[in-house]
Amino acid sequence: MNTAKSTVQFKGTPEQETELLDFIREKKNDKGALMPILQKAQEIYGYLPVEVQKIISDNTGIPLEKIYGVVTFYAQFSLYPKGEYTISVCLGTACYVKGSGDIFDKLQEMLGISGGECTEDGKFSLEACRCIGACGLAPVLTVNEDVYGRLTVDDVDKIIAKYV
Amino acid sequence: MENITVKINGAELSVPKGTTVLEAAHIAGIEIPTLCYMKEINAIGACRICVTEVNEGKGFRLVAACVYPCSDKMEICTNSPKVIESRKKTLELILSTHDRKCLSCVRSGNCELQKLCRDYDIQDASVYDGIRNNYEIDNSAAHMYRDNNKCVLCRRCVAVCSEVQGIGVIGANERGFKTFIGSAFDMGLGETSCVSCGQCIAVCPVGAISEKDFTKEVFDAIADPEKTVIVQTAPAVRAALGECFGLPIGTNVEGKMVSALRKLGFDKVFDTDFGADLTIMEEAHEFIDRVKNGGVLPMITSCSPGWVKYCEHYFPEMTENLSTCKSPQQMFGAATKTYYAEKMGIDPKNIVMVSIMPCTAKKFETGRDNQNAAGVPDVDYALTTRELGRMIERAGINFHALPDEKFDEPLGISSGAGVIFGATGGVMEAALRTAVHTLTGEDVVDLPELRGTKGIKEAVYKVCDMDIKVAVVSGLKNAKELLEKVQKGEADYQFIEIMGCPGGCVNGGGQPQQPASIRNFVDIRAERAKVLYDIDKSMPVRKSHENPAIKEIYDNYFGEPGSHKAHEVLHTSYVKRTIN
Repeated sequence: MNTAKSTVQFKGTPEQETELLDFIREKKNDKGALMPILQKAQEIYGYLPVEVQKIISDNTGIPLEKIYGVVTFYAQFSLYPKGEYTISVCLGTACYVKGSGDIFDKLQEMLGISGGECTEDGKFSLEACRCIGACGLAPVLTVNEDVYGRLTVDDVDKIIAKYV
Repeated sequence: MENITVKINGAELSVPKGTTVLEAAHIAGIEIPTLCYMKEINAIGACRICVTEVNEGKGFRLVAACVYPCSDKMEICTNSPKVIESRKKTLELILSTHDRKCLSCVRSGNCELQKLCRDYDIQDASVYDGIRNNYEIDNSAAHMYRDNNKCVLCRRCVAVCSEVQGIGVIGANERGFKTFIGSAFDMGLGETSCVSCGQCIAVCPVGAISEKDFTKEVFDAIADPEKTVIVQTAPAVRAALGECFGLPIGTNVEGKMVSALRKLGFDKVFDTDFGADLTIMEEAHEFIDRVKNGGVLPMITSCSPGWVKYCEHYFPEMTENLSTCKSPQQMFGAATKTYYAEKMGIDPKNIVMVSIMPCTAKKFETGRDNQNAAGVPDVDYALTTRELGRMIERAGINFHALPDEKFDEPLGISSGAGVIFGATGGVMEAALRTAVHTLTGEDVVDLPELRGTKGIKEAVYKVCDMDIKVAVVSGLKNAKELLEKVQKGEADYQFIEIMGCPGGCVNGGGQPQQPASIRNFVDIRAERAKVLYDIDKSMPVRKSHENPAIKEIYDNYFGEPGSHKAHEVLHTSYVKRTIN
């Protein structure tokens, strides 16, 4: 399947697949089984790429599109893995008025991904978050546990360089 | 059934319990508009166009009439200012994200949204203009395109695909303002296991999905003096083409259709019914051969390209059960470019074979492998009934004033067996007329147990001390149900007819669209099928093997049904596909 949404290589193991298949076997005749199955799958793999959704479709008989529709409907499900480093830009009110939107845009451009996605090499994933309680440092972003505040767009290059 | 009394706009009415507000209003002569609701297809009460005021003792409030059941002593008010204002506001909101290119829209004039805007006096379509989603047009499928900029998210297409056909390759992705109808992982429809049945197009209220139009190519071919342009028309087209010109559903327009095609400039106007008769000769022979010589049973018909593609994707292990016969369209094209070309001394490369079909899957079928008996495609352009309607309009032909004319000979000569191919059960009935005669010499003609719009029909016939068990299926969800039974060993049919569309070709995805206001209360399948059975009854020849043109083509060209030559020209092969 050739789609823009499956650029990060899938690294599922046979053990993960067995765990998912066991769960599907247990649940598939229940009413409304798809939600718990998707939650379990995300717990096992960390995200729900086409390979995982296909396993679910093949083993439940639920059309792939129906599964994809549910996955894209709920914010709790992700189509992308988390990168080695998760960059989280605060788009809460204080940060936003201090220009965090521009910082977010700059990161999207630099990394070549949109919010919610992961770079092809699995290094960085980018997400927007709401207030992290550091409004005094606005605008802020975090890279895993590290917090960076009082940023300008020009600071972004240096921050990323630390992790490459 | 218990009856209850309601009051509609002040007048009392007795209706059976369980009647919806929409149905009660219809009985009272009031049509409540619906955009998402369509009977037997979609009942989700989502679009809010049908909102109507009801009072169940606690004062008037707005409910979705399409799904709201009447209660005893309910007061219903269908036309109050509040109702009209609400519907109007809903329309204005729909328009705020609609691209409103009515002038260049294929549905202009029969768009359900356009009619509602006229009915509800929308004076400013841009009153709620704001951010709009911009969608790329999906052109990836062979038979149709999707333009989500025109989509109103009614989900009729989604419902017909998953609930009626049991396929589900389209659905709603994302949520809220970003919701759009598409396929998994944003695949183009052509990459999915869509079977091309076109039922989604038939139910779309607007111009968001439509067949790929080849009318220009056909006009150009007709204008080319080097080309001999031959047209064939499927049985079901004559039962529905009149609807494009405002004639009542169930009007037989065969004579006017032939006349219109001649006026359009086709060099020969032939009838796919001849191809259907040819199919019966080959298919009946193949069936007898499989029964006598231990071939794969049950044998399943292969006339419906939507069904064939479905089988390849969803039951690939059963492609051996498919008859190897090409469909009537393809047999006709193949016979035209071999037998007829030879007979008339025309180079098959200079023949442009155009077919008029009630079907969108036929567009896909023309491009399949092993459908080129003369080294060129058997059929060059497969047009839908709707496309023919548009050609007639573009050419300025006054359809109503046309005289009735007859098909050209010899490939316009057909039997009653050929014409009933267009209704579910027709192929089986036609095949049995010939197969029983071949085996026993007996004459059977009318087999009423195989007729009617029921999704699955069964019958057993005693022929030469054998019990021949047959099944007739239309609609792919029904096909799935039946095939699973066959696979589990719960059914032992020898012969199965399967048509992709519910009711067969008369209700094909290429037929004129009828709005929900009609389909909610009229069974278009039955009305159109009646045309075909009436034609059959009136025909002097009602069995394929008695068609003189069929006798001639076997005497002078193919020899016997199932001969080597017949196999080369009239049979094909299948592939195994995956589910996406």
